[in-house]
Amino acid sequence: MADLDWVLALKNKFSDTVEEALSGCLVLPGEDIFRAVNFLKREYGFDYLMNLAAVDYKDRLAVVYNLYSFKLKEKANLKVILPRDNPAIESITEIYAAANWQEREAFDLMGINFTGHPDLRRILLPDDYTGHPLRKDYTKEGFLPMPAV
Amino acid sequence: MALINKLPIITEKIPGGQIILSSVDFILNWSKESSLWPMSFGLACCAIEMMAAGAARYDMDRFGAGVFRASPRQCDLMIVAGTVNEKMSKRLRLLYDQMPEPKYVMAMGSCAISGGPYYYDSYNVVKGVDLIVPVDVHIPGCPPRPEALLFGLMQLQKKIKKESIKNG
Repeated sequence: MADLDWVLALKNKFSDTVEEALSGCLVLPGEDIFRAVNFLKREYGFDYLMNLAAVDYKDRLAVVYNLYSFKLKEKANLKVILPRDNPAIESITEIYAAANWQEREAFDLMGINFTGHPDLRRILLPDDYTGHPLRKDYTKEGFLPMPAV
Repeated sequence: MALINKLPIITEKIPGGQIILSSVDFILNWSKESSLWPMSFGLACCAIEMMAAGAARYDMDRFGAGVFRASPRQCDLMIVAGTVNEKMSKRLRLLYDQMPEPKYVMAMGSCAISGGPYYYDSYNVVKGVDLIVPVDVHIPGCPPRPEALLFGLMQLQKKIKKESIKNG
């Protein structure tokens, strides 16, 4: 993956980009993600947002972007590490309209704030719900832990 | 014909007359139990078994309960077939409130009874539909077979038979 054209171009343009050895994910700083996604879409035809997910690593959070280029027939996995307290990242809804609901889901279940999102409110849980239940430290009254088998 | 066959047990004919006497309770309860129109309330996999119970092989229509209605205003029976989450619970209560009296609720399957064998530790599943609406019959199973649903229906019919207008 490291010798692909678009990877080299991305690393060249955004010098802080690091490739994870195991997963092949390209880890970027949060302030670069909008421009990096825009760059990949415009220059290399990554015109399809396959998935936008959030991960909880207990000490930090991450947002993962899976892009696909129908032209190159290649996938791009971008990752942004966010702090646990008050995680915020720029929304990419201006680039991909499909990111709208995906970002709402990440906000709903993981509590990641996407700045610049046109309609950032809960998508799955009730509007009056408190907390973000897919965080590892989430607790709730009546929320029983799984018994040991 | 079924009513005519049952009637002599609890009625008497006036000799020579065309009048039959019966109790109001019997007629009311008989008509209530024989035309339980259920609401299509399939929420999860239990709904598949409910559909099977309504289809030709098990044929819930034998009990007068096969007329699934899409509107709560035409229903007597709400079969809660599936997992109820917190967002749905408000809608479920609203639909229940819209049903005309007399109305009955059957909680079908583990999820509707207690939150389910798999979802009981979930953050968004209601731990039993009886927290939201009064339940007449619980049908255990995951999902219950159509026979179990029919048995639950017969239990509800037995329950209706015992009702009386005396106590409201």
